Amino acid sequence: MILYARRAWIVLWKDLLTERRSKESLNALLFFALLLLFLFQFALGPDRDRLRAALPGLLWLGLVLAGLLGLGRTFITERDNDCWEGLRLTPGDKSAIYLGKLLGNFVLMVAVEVLLLALFGFFYDVDLGPALGRLAVVLFLGTTGLSAVGTLFAAMTSQLRARELLFPVLLLPAQVPILLATVSATEAALLGQPLGEVSHWLKLLAAADVVYVVIGIMTFEFILDV
Amino acid sequence: MGKSWTRALGWLAVCGLLAGLVAGFGYAPREVVQGNVQRIMYLHVPSILTAYLAFGLVLLGSGAYLLTRRAGWDRLAASAAEIGVVFTAVTIVSGSIWGRPTWGVWWTWDARLTSTAVLLLVYVGYLLLRAMVDDPDARARYAAVVGIVGAANIPIVHFSVKWWRALHQPSTILGPEPSPIAPAIALALLVNWIGFTLLFAYFLSRRLEIARLEERA
Repeated sequence: MILYARRAWIVLWKDLLTERRSKESLNALLFFALLLLFLFQFALGPDRDRLRAALPGLLWLGLVLAGLLGLGRTFITERDNDCWEGLRLTPGDKSAIYLGKLLGNFVLMVAVEVLLLALFGFFYDVDLGPALGRLAVVLFLGTTGLSAVGTLFAAMTSQLRARELLFPVLLLPAQVPILLATVSATEAALLGQPLGEVSHWLKLLAAADVVYVVIGIMTFEFILDV
Repeated sequence: MGKSWTRALGWLAVCGLLAGLVAGFGYAPREVVQGNVQRIMYLHVPSILTAYLAFGLVLLGSGAYLLTRRAGWDRLAASAAEIGVVFTAVTIVSGSIWGRPTWGVWWTWDARLTSTAVLLLVYVGYLLLRAMVDDPDARARYAAVVGIVGAANIPIVHFSVKWWRALHQPSTILGPEPSPIAPAIALALLVNWIGFTLLFAYFLSRRLEIARLEERA
């Protein structure tokens, strides 16, 4: 068990270290999030009320789009220098690799979320302060679900020629419940309602997270082997 | 499954569907409120039940393939998914045709319409994946994982969409309360359902045969 956790930790550490040195994904993703914000603004026009009403949806749409780019790259770094073979040769339970990658993606997505929230507050003049605690809960649950399925499908599609096309085509339908739940819960959080009002959504998110992570752990080895 | 067996199944399906037509148009009474439009139900409901059966088989085939690594299970999942997508599409199209005169719109973001549409998207994605992976072994493994994720997602999608919006009439057949449906209509539904299941079994056996031949080629 300790060995297992250590393996996952090593994968996570390796990815974080590579990311810190290259800053490849993070820089591009943060810039992408900024671009999305501008696009939303141009698409919806200058009416501030309309933007605010659409805010929960825009936030999660932005996160899902950033996730398509960021999560899809999870295993791309492993393609060079035979890293993929190296990963496959790791002794022991392969799902530790999945967990490590999942945590790495989670960290990456949280970084994007923090920036996106700050930008939303800044550009659209929304006071996020009082809702921050509730938002954090929703973001945590939603990001876990997004990353869990995203990491699994990214491992699968990274080996394929039509990767850019297949990854969104597989991930987006699977993310429908996460999107519905998070948007509803975010809306409630921004309106200042207590989390108890949307507890059914949070429970659904938590259940979905558990289901996705368990399936990911159980099926990852089938994706990895040849 | 032998060729003659498959052919017999085909004729059985034809008989079942003919009986369904007779039951739906001849035997079942004209519905009081909706009129003849209601008869679309004899196509709509058996289609979705057949689609659920198909997607259940996808899950079975996917899980069994990962456990046993026998190509036959993968063929079952692939064949059932294709047929399931067709029946889901029939469900959505027939529901849309029914919805226009009844609800006044072709499409509405009602809970069950939406979750059925999401179901279709998930399995179209599954078929796209199958079409885009060349290596048969990788294709079978990847598809099995997607098949399992897709099936596990069905209840989650169901509840999320249900809470998101509810406008559809509550489920009468699979609902918890005893069904308020007229016996004649229920019988016509049952006959059609059997006909559709026979048709599904016929399609499946033919599709499995094709898959076997493809693999041998």
